[in-house]
Amino acid sequence: MIIRSQKGEPLTTTRSSGKRSNLKNRQAKDRLAGSAFFLISIVPFVILVTLIIALLLRAWPILELKSIGELLTGRDWHPSQGKFGFYPFIIGTFWVTIVALILAVPACLLSAIFLSEYCRPKTCAFIKPIMDLLAGIPSVVYGVWGVVAIVPVVQAIGPRMDAMFGYIPLFSDTNPTGFSILAGGLVLAVMIAPFIIAVTFEVLRAVPDGVRQASLAVGATKWQTIKYGVIPHTRAGIFAGIVLGASRALGETMAVLMVVGNVPTVPKSIFDPAYPLPALIANNYGEMLSIPLYDAALLGAALVLLLIVLFFNVISTLVLRHIIGTRHV
Amino acid sequence: MKKSHIEESIFKALMYFSLVLVAGSLGFIMLTVLIKGLPALNLAMLTQTPKGGFYLGKEGGILNAIVGSLYLATGATLLALVFSLPLALFLGTYARRWRWADYVRLSLDVLWGVPSIVYGAFGFTIMLALGMRASLLGGIIVLALLEIPIMTRAMDEVIRMMPFEIEGASFALGSTRLETAIKVVTRQMLPGIVTAILLAFGRAIGDAASVLFVAGYTDRMPTSLFRPVASLPLAVFFQLGTPFPEVQRRAYAAALVLTVIILAVSLGSRWISGRLGKYTIK
Repeated sequence: MIIRSQKGEPLTTTRSSGKRSNLKNRQAKDRLAGSAFFLISIVPFVILVTLIIALLLRAWPILELKSIGELLTGRDWHPSQGKFGFYPFIIGTFWVTIVALILAVPACLLSAIFLSEYCRPKTCAFIKPIMDLLAGIPSVVYGVWGVVAIVPVVQAIGPRMDAMFGYIPLFSDTNPTGFSILAGGLVLAVMIAPFIIAVTFEVLRAVPDGVRQASLAVGATKWQTIKYGVIPHTRAGIFAGIVLGASRALGETMAVLMVVGNVPTVPKSIFDPAYPLPALIANNYGEMLSIPLYDAALLGAALVLLLIVLFFNVISTLVLRHIIGTRHV
Repeated sequence: MKKSHIEESIFKALMYFSLVLVAGSLGFIMLTVLIKGLPALNLAMLTQTPKGGFYLGKEGGILNAIVGSLYLATGATLLALVFSLPLALFLGTYARRWRWADYVRLSLDVLWGVPSIVYGAFGFTIMLALGMRASLLGGIIVLALLEIPIMTRAMDEVIRMMPFEIEGASFALGSTRLETAIKVVTRQMLPGIVTAILLAFGRAIGDAASVLFVAGYTDRMPTSLFRPVASLPLAVFFQLGTPFPEVQRRAYAAALVLTVIILAVSLGSRWISGRLGKYTIK
């Protein structure tokens, strides 16, 4: 095969000193490389810890001046007056993410069920590249699509929804531009779809075939098998997949920034503009060194974002590990 | 027809509908980019750097951004490869049965979920501390951080799919773990490794949020590692943000160029891994 250096000599019985030192040499190299590899394997931990510490250090000046509660629940954002309330931004982040999940999850679950239970291998082989491509499109391209195609649609349906359901605050439209939470949510829904589909697909595949066979054997239809056999097995996994999708959505910057309107108020309707945390950081990096405490506040915002994302991410990853192992999805 | 069958048909129809919806969005996006971008695209866009008044709709192109993006992504991919390949080999050979490997995988998965804007902000704080300015080097380093978890986990996954018998055969012939990793595992898994590298390259070239802070933007061609560099995603973003329709049209063209690069990388990786598959044991 591939190992040419051996030439088939039995290693342990070789007595000539040259060969022996050759073996020693090789073993020494093996151990040395092992240590080097081990050192490299510490790198991810180092990056993670450094990330948190560096952001914490830079955000420290503002954490020293104001309590964490004050920062997280403050509603005023006037950097030049020294007012830094993250509340509208945190709420905006969650609004966009939740709208995206509501739009994406049903279609993603149904697609994943179809791919894992119904679809013939040929169809599957055709769908896979589509998902890969969808996952690979850069977020600015999603943003361009959002600005060109989604925002005008939202702008057009806004007044109609307002006329029909305006008495429900969630659907009242006071924003004539179309740059809104709904637009952000729609773009984000398409962005996280391939991701949620991939995770849910893996989770469904991890259900033992015996479950399906037993159910089919007693005369259940395919759908009954899925509904009563497969899905109850996978509730935790599907939930974890959705949470993982949410953690992706929370941190998405460019595409959302381009369509969501970026007004630092607490939104009340899906047609209101919002200002998610990543957009706040991206929009203000330029002037953040000119106003005192501004940079500390923005890097504090990055820290808050990181901690929120890590919270969702770690929990869902740990749950998924139990279900589908350490598979990369 | 029985009730259960009706329910089944309804849900099956819904499934088809969802799948068409998801696949249709891809078509919708591609179509939008193509329809908007193609009329705005011309040779000058691809072969010139911005001239005076470019952002008011005057002459010039986005060559600086195309070249800048390629530099950034190539540099970052090479830098990430230096860490990722040994790490993936370590996880697949030395640490195959170690508990440590699971912790490393967990840390990589967590890192993979860190938003790119946070990497950007992090890179920015480090550069401030070191007194560096926005530069090509800074962009490469931050994008490499972004790429390491993606590349390593993708490589790790293909290495884990390798049947242990191949490794076992190598051990039985008396080779050490290092020799097995380099001469057997790497060669056998070459198609997967190349795919992982190109996947990470695609992610890096399309990422805007992280380079926003650390790579800056410039109208000149990149000449030095220590100067700011333009990138395609930011070219799209900045030009779309101007109020001039002429300039916005160029943003569409830049988005089309970026999409074509991503598609080429994606198709290229399929083709290359197919070619390299000839040299592996099936």
